[in-house]
Amino acid sequence: MNASISISEKISEFLKNVEQHSDLNAFITINSELDSLAAISDERIAAGLARPLEGVTVAVKDNISIKGMQLTCGSKILNGFQPLYNATVVELLTDAGALMVAKTNMDEFAMGSSNETSYFGPVRNPHNKQCVPGGSSGGSAVAVAAGICDVALGSDTGGSIRQPAAFCGVYGFKPTYGRVSRYGLTAFASSLDQIGIFSNNITDMRNVFRVIAKHDKFDSTSHVNAAFNEDANTNGNANTNGNANGNANTEPLAEIRVGKLAEKYLVGCAPEIISAYNAMLQDMVQRGCVVEEVLLPNIETWIPTYFILATAEASSNLARFDGVRYGNRVGDGTSDFITDSRTDGFGEEVKRRIMLGTYVLSSGYYDAYYKKAQQARRLISNAYATMFTTVDVLALPTTPTTAFPIGDKTADVVSMWLSDLYTVSANIAGIPAISIPYGKDGKGLPIGLQLQSAMFTDEMLLDVAEQITLACAT
Amino acid sequence: MKSGYEAVIGLEVHAQLKTESKAFCSCPTVYGAQPNVNVCPICLGHPGTLPVLNENLVAFAVRMGLATNCSIREHSTFSRKNYFYPDLPKGYQISQYSDPICYNGWVEIETDAGEKNIGITRIHMEEDAGKSIHDLDIDTLVDLNRSGIPLIEIVSEPDIRTAHEAYQYLLGIRQTLVFLGICDGNLEEGSLRCDANVSVRKKGDTHLNTKSEVKNLNSFRNVEKAIGYEIDRQIALMEDGNEVQHQTMMWDAGSGKTKVMRSKEEAHDYRYFAEPDLLGVTVDSVMIEKQTGLIPELGLQKKRRFMLEYGLPAYDAAILTDDVQLALYYEEACQALSERSEEACKMVSNWILTELMREMSEKKVNIRETGIGAAQLASLVDVVANGSISHKVAKEILPDMFGSDVTAQQIIKERGLEQVSDESTIKELVAQVLLVNAESVEKLKQGKTNLFGFLVGQALKASGGSANPSVVCSIMKEALEMEVGE
Repeated sequence: MNASISISEKISEFLKNVEQHSDLNAFITINSELDSLAAISDERIAAGLARPLEGVTVAVKDNISIKGMQLTCGSKILNGFQPLYNATVVELLTDAGALMVAKTNMDEFAMGSSNETSYFGPVRNPHNKQCVPGGSSGGSAVAVAAGICDVALGSDTGGSIRQPAAFCGVYGFKPTYGRVSRYGLTAFASSLDQIGIFSNNITDMRNVFRVIAKHDKFDSTSHVNAAFNEDANTNGNANTNGNANGNANTEPLAEIRVGKLAEKYLVGCAPEIISAYNAMLQDMVQRGCVVEEVLLPNIETWIPTYFILATAEASSNLARFDGVRYGNRVGDGTSDFITDSRTDGFGEEVKRRIMLGTYVLSSGYYDAYYKKAQQARRLISNAYATMFTTVDVLALPTTPTTAFPIGDKTADVVSMWLSDLYTVSANIAGIPAISIPYGKDGKGLPIGLQLQSAMFTDEMLLDVAEQITLACAT
Repeated sequence: MKSGYEAVIGLEVHAQLKTESKAFCSCPTVYGAQPNVNVCPICLGHPGTLPVLNENLVAFAVRMGLATNCSIREHSTFSRKNYFYPDLPKGYQISQYSDPICYNGWVEIETDAGEKNIGITRIHMEEDAGKSIHDLDIDTLVDLNRSGIPLIEIVSEPDIRTAHEAYQYLLGIRQTLVFLGICDGNLEEGSLRCDANVSVRKKGDTHLNTKSEVKNLNSFRNVEKAIGYEIDRQIALMEDGNEVQHQTMMWDAGSGKTKVMRSKEEAHDYRYFAEPDLLGVTVDSVMIEKQTGLIPELGLQKKRRFMLEYGLPAYDAAILTDDVQLALYYEEACQALSERSEEACKMVSNWILTELMREMSEKKVNIRETGIGAAQLASLVDVVANGSISHKVAKEILPDMFGSDVTAQQIIKERGLEQVSDESTIKELVAQVLLVNAESVEKLKQGKTNLFGFLVGQALKASGGSANPSVVCSIMKEALEMEVGE
C-alpha cells in the first residue's frame, strides 16, 4: 500500500491498470463512484482523520453483495440484478475507509477450480496467459497478483481462495468458519462457505482480517467470539514465547509443532511441489519447529464427503434463482417458466452439481449418501481435532499441480474435482487455512503451500505464515 | 356413515402466530396491507440473505405445546423443505422435520358419546409461503407479504372417528390458540388452515387402510362436510370392490365434492435436510416456566367451572366460554349482582345469549363495544330478580342503557316504573276489575277457566303496567275462589 501518492492518484492508476490488463478478464463490474470516494479518503487523510484502511483498494468477488452494483455470481441467471443491501464485510470495510473498487470474475456460483465456468468467460493467469488462474475466486486472485488492487475478497467453499492464490502466487486465507459474516455472500454450500482474503503480504492480510472478523447478528452461524484477538501469540497455546525452561527465545517459530503428510499422501503431486513442500519443512526445522509426520486416517473420504455435502446444499441454495422475482426469465405459464429460466440461465457445471445434490437428498438415497457424508464429516472433524492436540500447524500442499492450461481439464470433470484434494478438508472441519506463495516451478508458474490450524487460531496461523515468508524471501 | 364401517381421521392444523415480526426477519406481520409491502431482501429470498430466528416463534410454540400436554424437546433443529413454486421465494421453506419442538401430547374434546382424548403427534415451527392469486383475469399474481410469517403445524394422531369429531377437535384447537393469545384463529382469512387425512375400514379392523389427504378446508362447516363426503366416497369405493388410492384431494365447496388434486406418483419429494443457516433451538427450564405461567384457564376447563360455579346448563356455559371476552364479561356481571343466586346467574346468561348477542351480531361489535357494561347488566338482572320491575319492562328499558352508564335502578326511579307489589293496593285493584267484568266472572264460574288470564290482563292494564303480575295472579285467584266457594 503506497502512501506517497494521493488516493485520487491511486484510483486513476487503478483504472489505468484495469484497462491495461483487460485481457486477463479479472473484472465484471468497476465501481462507477470511485472518484468521489477517493476524494473523501483524501480529505480525511488531509484532516488527520484517516481510518484504518483509508484508501485501500479492495476487489470483491462477484458473489458478495454491494448495494447498487450489479451482482452476477458469474452467471447468466442473475442478469440485471441490482442488490438492495451491502454484505456485512462490505459495510465493515467501507466503514474502515477501504474502497470497493470492482467486482471480480469467478466460476459460476463459485463452482469450479479454473474460472472457466463463468458466463463472462475465463480469467487468465498473469504469470502465463494461456493458463487458468484457478478458481472459483480467479478474478480476485488475479486482481491482487497483477498488482491492480491492494487486496481482494473471495469466498472459499472447498479451496476457492487458496487454490487460485497458489496458482497466481499470492496469499489466500480462509478463516475459521464463523469468524467472518456470510451475510451478503450468495450461498453455494452454507455450512462450508467462508469469506476470505487475497493479499500480497501478511501485513495487509492481517489488517483486513482485523476489520472483517466480527460477530454479526444477521448471520446466525457467526461466532460470538469472532473478533480479532490482538493478544493471540505465535505460540498458539502460550502467552509468552519461551522454551520449556522459561527462557525467552528470540526465534518466533521455536517450538511450533508442525504436522507433515506421509509420502503416500503426496503421490499425485508434481515433483516440484513435493520439493517445495520438503524445503519449507526443512526450513521450519532449522527455525526450531518440531516437525512430525501425522496420521490422516480418512483422507480418502475428503473428496466424496465434500462433493456430497456441497452439492446437496447447493441444490437447495440455488433454488431461489427461479426467474420469479429477479434475474433471467424465459418462457411463461404459472410455473413452467421456472424450468425454462433455469435451463437457460445456469451453465453446465452448475446444472451438474444441482442434479447431483438433488439426487443425494432424494428419499431412498438420503441415507446412502447425504447421511453417510454427514457422519464422515464428523469423523474428519474429530480426526483434525485429535491431530491438533499434538501439532499446532498442519503443513500440506495447496494443489497437486501448478496452474494448468485453459481448456486442459474441462472435459475431465472428475480430475478437476480431484485437484481439490488438499483444500476441501479445512472447509469440512471449519478450520482456518492459508496458502502461501513458495517459489515457482520450471515453467515459471507459482507454487503454493498450505498451512492449517485448529479452529479459532487464525491469528497464530497468520503469524506463522509471516515467518515462513521471511525465510522464503532470504 | 354407513354402518359396519369406521373412519380414521387425523388433522394437520397450520396456525399463523401473532408475533410482531416475521419468523426470520424484522418485517411486520399485519394482515390486509397492500401486496408486497411487508417485505425485505430476507423474506424476498435475495441472494446472500440469511435467516435470524424470532424468539417469540419458539415461545409461542412452547406455550401451545404445554397447553396441549406435549413433551417439549430441549434441543430441536430446523430443516429445509424443498419445492418450487412461484410464491416460495427461496425455493424451500424453513421448517422442522425429524425433531419437532413439541411432541406426544393430547387434547380433550366433547363428543355426542361423551369426553374423548385426541392425541397430538407433534407441533413444529415453520415459515409461511407467499400467496398466489389466480382468480384475476390478467395473470397469476404473487403477494409476498405472507412470506416468512411464523406458523406452527399441529398434527393429530389418527384418533378422530367422525366428521363431527374432527369439527369438535378443530374448534378446540382454535379456542386454545385464541385463549393463549398466539393466533387469531380465523379460517376465512387463513390465519388457521386445516388438512385432513382420511381413511375408512370395516368396524373391528385394527389395520389402517390407504388414506387420502383432503385440502382446502377453509371454514368449520367445510371441514365437517368435506370429511363426511370423503368418508362416504371411500366407503362407496370399498363397497364396489375398488381400492382407495393414495391421493391428495381438493375440497370444492361449490359442488360439495372432493376432487383429485394429485396422485401419489405426483407427490413431492421435499428432500428435507438440516438448515445450515440456523443453529439448533434450545428450550430451557426458564422458558418452560415462563410459558406455563402465561397459559390461562382454557375452554373446557372454563366451561366446566361455569357449570359448577354458576349452575349454568352446558349449552350456556359452552357459548359463554367460547370467547375469552364474553366469559370475562359474564363473570364480571355475576360478580356485580347484589345477590348472586343461581337464578340470577342464569338470568345474566339469558340476557347475554339473547339481547346482547343479537346486538353484537347486528352491529358487528364485540361484547365490550355493545355499550352496556357488565355492572349495568347486573343492575338490570337485580331489579327483575327482586321484583322491582317485570321482565317485560326490563326489556323495554334495556335500549336506553346502551351507550350510557346509568343503572336500571336509576331509570326505574326516574320514570316511576317501579312495580306495585303492595297487597292492599292490588286487592283494591282486583276487586274493581271483578266488579266491572261481572259477566266474565260468571262465565268463568261456569267453567270457562281461560278467562282467568283475561282478568289478570285487565288488572295489569288498569294499573298501567306497574302492578306486579305474580302478586296480581295470586290475589285474583284468592278472590275468585272466595266467590266460587260462596
